[in-house]
Amino acid sequence: MAAGQYENAGEYINHHLVNLTYGRLPAGTELCYGSGVADTTHWTFAGCASEAAAMGFMAFHVDSLMWAIGLGIFVMFFLYRAAQRASAGVPGKLQGFIEMLVEFINNNVKEVFHGRTASIAPIALTVFAWVFMMNLMKLVPVDLIPYPLELMGVEYQKIAATTDPNVTLGMAAFVLIMVVTLSIKVKGWGFVKELCLTPFNTWFLFPVNLFLELVGLLAKPVSLGLRLFGNMFAGEVIFLLIAALFAAGIFFLPLAAGLQVLWAIFHILVIVLQAFIFMILTVVYLAMAQEDH
Amino acid sequence: MNFNLTFVGQIIAFAIFVWFCAKFVWPPLIGAIEERQKKIADGLDSADRAAKDLELAQHNATKKMQEAKVEAAAILEQANKRAAQIVDDAKLEAKQEGARLVAAAQSEVDKEINMAREELRQRVSELTLAGAEKILQTEIDEKKHSELLDKLAAEL
Repeated sequence: MAAGQYENAGEYINHHLVNLTYGRLPAGTELCYGSGVADTTHWTFAGCASEAAAMGFMAFHVDSLMWAIGLGIFVMFFLYRAAQRASAGVPGKLQGFIEMLVEFINNNVKEVFHGRTASIAPIALTVFAWVFMMNLMKLVPVDLIPYPLELMGVEYQKIAATTDPNVTLGMAAFVLIMVVTLSIKVKGWGFVKELCLTPFNTWFLFPVNLFLELVGLLAKPVSLGLRLFGNMFAGEVIFLLIAALFAAGIFFLPLAAGLQVLWAIFHILVIVLQAFIFMILTVVYLAMAQEDH
Repeated sequence: MNFNLTFVGQIIAFAIFVWFCAKFVWPPLIGAIEERQKKIADGLDSADRAAKDLELAQHNATKKMQEAKVEAAAILEQANKRAAQIVDDAKLEAKQEGARLVAAAQSEVDKEINMAREELRQRVSELTLAGAEKILQTEIDEKKHSELLDKLAAEL
């Protein structure tokens, strides 16, 4: 396997955990493979992990964004086609499948959210379908796509977008934005009052209250994003370890193959479950934003 | 695994997908589902109504049949009564007619008897007269004794 190119399994795994990064390389950064230092600040693809680290915040994970947006467009196109053909008559197979999904999500939203579901349910559908598709990329063997790309000169490629904390935290941040927007829309100044006057209902303690409430407000999306990232990243590392085992010798082949199958089957459950959890928690947080304490 | 602009890109992508989904995907799908649910509910409703109508019609039919039976029975009874009466009338008439005929015959017979008796009386008086003539060997004046003879004949 591809691991043969690496000195040891650690290097193999590390290499597979680096995103394809395009960003602003500051002047004076030490370039990879001992090729001197960068003389100007310029936008470029990072040649290795240390260059990517030097780029700091001003960089994009091209692979994560490409896969995330590509899968998002795929999902949306798929749903859109079904929506265009939707009729109240006898549904076809595609429509039946999509409607099953829609009803499933609508029912879940209804159980949690006691308001007009039309504003929340599309978010839930987007989250579920999109996160599921991004998670699904984990079941693609770890070297199937990155290795051919590497031969073509693309050094790094992570196809499972949800193993990138930027992606999961980005989604969580959007959930936070929606929670705050919805809170302000529903409660107006009551939202600020709620932040300042709970749990201690006196004006003297409002800094304490504000601190506690803000921590509470931020903890929700952070935990939401980190949960998905943690689960997916851990699973990905195990997949990489199993892949490294393939290279360890002919005797380990059956073991590695068995583990690969077992872990992949287990992950069928995990990817659906994590997508579902992400969706339900999104709905729960949005529902909480509308309720008065 | 660095924290960078990917984060921002993902927020924007998510926002666009949510907007797209809320605008173009969700409304037609949920609309179709709800419309179908309504259709099915309506269908079930009308089926229910039809079943109820059928039951009502059956009930009505049974009631009408019952009424018809009762009516038929009444008519039959009336007819029977009428027939019995006709028979009774006929019997009565026949009886009366019979009685009349018998009476007529009786009177005829009486008349015959009377006539015969009259004739017999006549003959007897004649015979008696002739007999007495012979016995007495004398002529009896018919005119003289007619009173006596009449008395005799009346006794017969």
